[in-house]
Amino acid sequence: MNRRENLRIYGSYGALSAALLFLLSVNVFCGSVRLTPGEILSQLVGSGEQDMAWSIIWLIRLPRLLGAALLGGALAVSGFLLQTFFANPIAGPFVLGISSGAKLSVSLVMLVLWGRGIFFSSGGMILAAFLGAVVSMGFILLISTRVRRMSVLVLCGVMIGYICSAVTDLLMAFADDANIANLHNWALGSFSGMSWEGLRAAFLAVAPTLFFAFLLSKPIGAYQLGELYARSMGVNTRRLRTELILLSSILSACVTAFAGPVSFVGIAVPHLVKRLLKTAQPVYIIPACALGGAVFCLFCDLIARTLLAPTELSIGSVTAVFGAPIVIFLMLRQGRDEHV
Amino acid sequence: MCEAFVYTDHMTVGYRGRPVVKEAEITIKRGEILTLIGPNGAGKSTLLKSMAGQLALLYGAVYLDGKSVSAMQETELARQVSAVFTDRIRPELMTCFQVAAAGRYPYTGRFGRLSEADMRIVEEALKTVGAGELAERDFMQLSDGQKQRVLLARALCQEPELLLLDEPTSYLDIRHKLEILNVLQRLAREKRLAVILTLHELELAKRISDRIVCVRDGRIDCIGSPEEIVSSGCIGELYGLSRKEYGHVPFMCPELARPVGKPEVFVMGGGGFGISAYRRLQRENVPFAAGILWENDLDYPSACALAAEVVAVPAFETVPEETFLRAKRLMSTCRQFWLCLPRFGELNVRNKELYEAAVRQGLIVTKTFLF
Repeated sequence: MNRRENLRIYGSYGALSAALLFLLSVNVFCGSVRLTPGEILSQLVGSGEQDMAWSIIWLIRLPRLLGAALLGGALAVSGFLLQTFFANPIAGPFVLGISSGAKLSVSLVMLVLWGRGIFFSSGGMILAAFLGAVVSMGFILLISTRVRRMSVLVLCGVMIGYICSAVTDLLMAFADDANIANLHNWALGSFSGMSWEGLRAAFLAVAPTLFFAFLLSKPIGAYQLGELYARSMGVNTRRLRTELILLSSILSACVTAFAGPVSFVGIAVPHLVKRLLKTAQPVYIIPACALGGAVFCLFCDLIARTLLAPTELSIGSVTAVFGAPIVIFLMLRQGRDEHV
Repeated sequence: MCEAFVYTDHMTVGYRGRPVVKEAEITIKRGEILTLIGPNGAGKSTLLKSMAGQLALLYGAVYLDGKSVSAMQETELARQVSAVFTDRIRPELMTCFQVAAAGRYPYTGRFGRLSEADMRIVEEALKTVGAGELAERDFMQLSDGQKQRVLLARALCQEPELLLLDEPTSYLDIRHKLEILNVLQRLAREKRLAVILTLHELELAKRISDRIVCVRDGRIDCIGSPEEIVSSGCIGELYGLSRKEYGHVPFMCPELARPVGKPEVFVMGGGGFGISAYRRLQRENVPFAAGILWENDLDYPSACALAAEVVAVPAFETVPEETFLRAKRLMSTCRQFWLCLPRFGELNVRNKELYEAAVRQGLIVTKTFLF
C-alpha cells in the first residue's frame, strides 16, 4: 500500500464524511416547513418557546434523518456482503427478493396482530422481517445450487418480489381502513415512520451487525479470490458463508422493518464506493459503504420529501432513479466480460 | 516410507460419498516433483484437491510430515500446503501485489495488515516467478501466462512445504509452459519443496517429473520414473490408444487417423525427414507406403501409425534381398515416388537402388527434404 493509495482512501473518507454532515444539516432545514438556521439555533439553546418548530425537528426530522443515514448504511453493507457471497456485483437484498420476503412477513404480522389490537414493539418487527428475509434467502440459495448464473438468480428474486407483493396486496384487501393507511405508506417504502423508539431498536440491531461485518474484513478479502483459494489459505468458508448470509439478512431485515422496501441501494453504493476509493479491500470498503449508504439515502430522502412537497414520493422510487441505471450498467459490463 | 514427506494411506476421494479415485497410495519426498497424468475426468484434480485438504476424504488419510492432515487446524495446514487451481479468479480492483499478498493470510493478524517482513516475502515471491515488474499492475489486465505466474507467487507467499498445482500449464503458450515448469524445478531443487502437479502434456510430464502417477478408471494405474512409465507401455493403455496409433516409442508422437486404401505414393524417408511427408499425405488423405526404414529410425513410429504399408528392417542389419524385392513390388503399384532423403549413405545403397528403379519405371518423382 503506497502513499498515493492511502491518500485516495482517506481523502474519500473525508469527502464522504463532509457530504454526510452537509446532508444531515440540509435535511434538518428543508421540508414542507422551511426552517432557518437562526430558528433552529434558538430552539437548541432553548430561548424560544417549545412550539411547533421544536416538534417538527425533534419528533419528525431528527429521527427520520438519522434513521435514513443508519438504514442506508445498513443496506449498502448488506449489498456488499451479498456480492461477496455470490462473487458478483449485481447481488443485493432488493434484486434477490430478500427485502420482499421481509416485507411480506412484516405485513402479515401487522395485519394479523394489529387487527386483534396487539401492537408489536420495534424489536418484534425486526424479528418478523428477519424471518421473512431468511425464508426468501433460503429460496435463492436453493436455486443457486442449481443455477450459478446471476441473471437467473436476479430474475428469480424479482419473481419472488412479485409473489410477495401480490400476497401483501391480498392481505391489504382484507384489512380495515385504519391499518391500510399505515401499511400502504410503509409498503411503498419511506423513512417517514421513524420514531426515537424505532431508531433505538434499529441502532441496537444494525450497529453490532456492522461492527461484526467489519471484523470479517480479512476472510472476506480472501474470499474475493474465490472459495477454493480462500479455503486453501485457511478460511473456514462454510462458517464465513453462513455469517455473510446471516449478517446481510439482519441488515436488510432492519431496513425493511422500518422503511419498507428500498431498491438498488445495496448494489449502487458498493459499486460507487469502490470506484471512489479505487480498491475493493473490505477493510476500507465496509466502513465506506456504511458512510456512502448514509449519504445516498439522505440525499434520496431529501428529494423524496422536498421535490413535490407537501406530497411525498416513496423512497424506493427515488433510489431506483439513481440506482437502477448503475445496475443496468453493471449487467451490461458483465455480459460483455462473459463473452470475451 | 519414513523418509517420505507426504504419504497417503488407502486414500479414497470423491464427491458426496461417491468415490472418484479409490485406495490411492501416493508418497513424495521433499524436493521431489510428482506429476499426475491421466485422461480427462479420471480424478486427477479431485486427488489434488483432497490432498490440499479442500475435499474431505471418503476413506483413508493423508499424512504430512507424519501428521494426519484432517487433524490439522486450517491455519496450520495453510502454512504448509498451498495450491494453484484451474478456477479462474476475477478479483476486482486488485494489483498483482495484492493478489500475491493474499497468500500471507495464514500469517497476518486480525485485519490482515502486512508487516515489513510480509511485504519483503511478497516481493521476493513475485521476483522468483519472474513477475517482479508486474507488482503494481491490475491483475485483471494481465495475460493468462502472467496471471498464472502471479497465482504461483501467491501460493509461494504461504511459504508452503508442499505445493500443489492443477494443470498449471493449461491455456499457456509453449514458452510460458516452459517458464512455469522451470520455476517449479528451481523451487523443488533450491527450496526443497515437494511439488505435486497435474499435466495434460505428456512430453512436459516426462521432462519435469521425478515420478509420474497414472490415474485411470478410478484408481492409480502405475507409478514410476518417467523412464519406467514409458517403457512399461502403460501410457497407451492410459489413454485407450493402441501402440499402432501413438507410435512405437511411447509418449512421443500421437498421430491422426491413417488414410485407408491401396498405397498411391511410395515415400522414402529416414532420419526424421519422412515425418513431415507422412503427415502431409495424411492431411491430403492419400494412402501411401513407407520404406525402406530401419526400426530404430526416427521416422519409424510415425510411418507405422500413418502408412498403409511399411517396409522395415531390424535395427543395425543390412537389407535382405527378400525385403528389397518386396519394397520394389510395392513401389511398382504406386503412381508417385517421394524422395525425402537428401543423400544416400554407404549403408543405404539398397534405398539408392530402389530410387533408381523408380526413376526407370517412370514414376512421378517428388523430392522433398523438409524436416
